[in-house]
Amino acid sequence: MLSYIGFRVLQVIPLLFAISVIVFIIIQLPPGDFLTSYVDQLKLSGNDVDESMIMNLTSQYALDKPLYMQYFIWMKNILLHADFGTSFQYKMPVSAVIGERLLLTMAISFISMVVIWLIAIPIGIYSSTHPYSPMDYAFSLIGFIGLAIPGFLIALILIYTVYSQTGVAITGLSSPAYAEAPWSMAKVWDMVPRMIIPVVIIGLSGTAGLIRVTRGMMLDELSKQYVTTARAKGLSERKLLWKYPVRTAVNPLISTVGWTLPTLISGEAIVSIVLNLPTTGPILLNALMVQDMYLAGSFILILSVLTVLGTLLSDILLAVLDPRIRYGGASA
Amino acid sequence: MSRSYETSSQWRLMWRKFKKHRLALIALPLLLLLYLTAVFCGFLAPNLPETRFVDYKNSPPQKLRFVDEEGKFHLRPFVYGYKMEIDKESFRRTFTADTARKYPVHLFVKGDSYKLLGFIKSDVHLFGVKDGNPLFLMGTDKLGRDLFSRILYGSRISLSFGMAGVALTLVFGVIIGGISGYFGGWVDTVIQRLIDLLISIPTIPLWMALAAALPRTWSTAQLYLGMIVIFSLIDWTGLARVVRGKLLSLREEDFTMAARLSGASHARIIFRHLLPSFYSYLIVTTTMAIPTTILGETALSFLGLGIQAPAVSWGVLLKDAQTLQTLAHQPWLLWPAAFIVLTVLLFNFLGDGLRDAADPYK
Repeated sequence: MLSYIGFRVLQVIPLLFAISVIVFIIIQLPPGDFLTSYVDQLKLSGNDVDESMIMNLTSQYALDKPLYMQYFIWMKNILLHADFGTSFQYKMPVSAVIGERLLLTMAISFISMVVIWLIAIPIGIYSSTHPYSPMDYAFSLIGFIGLAIPGFLIALILIYTVYSQTGVAITGLSSPAYAEAPWSMAKVWDMVPRMIIPVVIIGLSGTAGLIRVTRGMMLDELSKQYVTTARAKGLSERKLLWKYPVRTAVNPLISTVGWTLPTLISGEAIVSIVLNLPTTGPILLNALMVQDMYLAGSFILILSVLTVLGTLLSDILLAVLDPRIRYGGASA
Repeated sequence: MSRSYETSSQWRLMWRKFKKHRLALIALPLLLLLYLTAVFCGFLAPNLPETRFVDYKNSPPQKLRFVDEEGKFHLRPFVYGYKMEIDKESFRRTFTADTARKYPVHLFVKGDSYKLLGFIKSDVHLFGVKDGNPLFLMGTDKLGRDLFSRILYGSRISLSFGMAGVALTLVFGVIIGGISGYFGGWVDTVIQRLIDLLISIPTIPLWMALAAALPRTWSTAQLYLGMIVIFSLIDWTGLARVVRGKLLSLREEDFTMAARLSGASHARIIFRHLLPSFYSYLIVTTTMAIPTTILGETALSFLGLGIQAPAVSWGVLLKDAQTLQTLAHQPWLLWPAAFIVLTVLLFNFLGDGLRDAADPYK
């Protein structure tokens, strides 16, 4: 077991390195470096630009050094000092801008994932034990729509429908009273009902996908001979279902966490822009628009790293649950 | 019956299976119709996409009517004119139907001139009202431009983007997946790790970052090409996996060995012998990828990172419907969403039918 975990962790390291290189390239992509845009920004707002300040910043970000040195300094600052650079738009360290929003993004994505599992697996099991029943068709139809229509369109349509029917604006995550308030239990409680809508929208396509997969896996299992044998021996339907096929069918689903999580985070980015949630999406878009690249790059870096770690965790979880993987070793 | 079944070609068997999928059978002609609409948008749209009717800003859709105020039935449909009212308190202008003015809708009306297929000059529109009176079937935007015409023109970019994006994705996917599966070994390992890498970066933020890096000075055509490259650079992974998996098993087959012994080159073995044995899967995967690509373009343009106005795509049009205020007062701006949803659903139905048909021996 330990050797398997060790092996998986070792695999992750080059992946993380490659991600950091890609993000660094993204940061460098816009024409001109970040300092030029920063100085332009200052000049536009009518500030005096001090030569010594430019010099300072140049040496701080090693902009006078070759690119690979810039990369190493950027990485060193992140790894040793958790310093992701400066957002020139907010005139604050990136980590200060990101923190709270990242937490909310992760919270919403994680809650969505739990909700997806809680809803999709029972429905998938039901659909597989009642194939081609009216309910099965109904779930398939909902699934089709959920898979086909992206979250941001559903969000737009939902905002309009709710507003035109009730006059309530469902955008934002806090009611006005709490919008600027510091964090407290009351603020969190205020958020809970408002989180339902983003969670439902973000989770819809995932739910649809998982229902499909569960149903397919279950149908495969149910047609196997051991099920027939068990039934012939007089095992109760309930035990017959839950004891073996469900456990076998659900097992591989855990490995889907790996690709569900990035999809959720990805979907959250754009849904949150439409719903105007105080998460990473709107600020990432804004940062990209004004080419506040350290801010934008850091978002992508952190979201990717969290995704990789999530996948790693799900792989380890799968190994704990499934001895075949544990002893099969490297193939995963 | 059974004899003809046994001697039918593979494509014939597929068509049989495909025909059984009702939704797919409906989706195919409807999609063709949508694409034809995009090709002949100049002729089908009553107005030009950039014409501003300054007197009719933010006007609601006109209903196409057959029965008038007095309950009299007209064989020729007509629309009512607009009556403008200004709210005394909010100074908002609202339009209502003016039943005193009736404009019959004629076929083959002369209007603004356009170029059909890009080079045939014409000023005949399929339908419209005469004497330059307004006809806004889906309302107008804040500059007074006809939304229906803009949606038709926008379909050119939105629909073709799906095809073009997927075509390039197919090239990347088949070549990289082919190399990975056929040669195996360390090449395969490197490519698989590359795929792992691309999958672990959340797609939409990555799209956003790359699209934002496209220079703002680029023309629409350059942006369009640039976005296609971005999409296929990220999107080829799924296809490459399919190709790799199939090739891994096929390269062990006897016919591959036979081809190799006869001295066929690697390229010839891959493209001549191996790929054709799973064309059907490629077609299915590709069809399923088209709606994703269309949605990608829509999402980015909607966010303002993709195709830029004055060019029109469905995403650009939806951008106007972003805020709650506009949704509340001009809900008709959501019409492009209906077209997007329709297209995406149709492609999914088609893909579903193709998937059933892909393996006709099952």
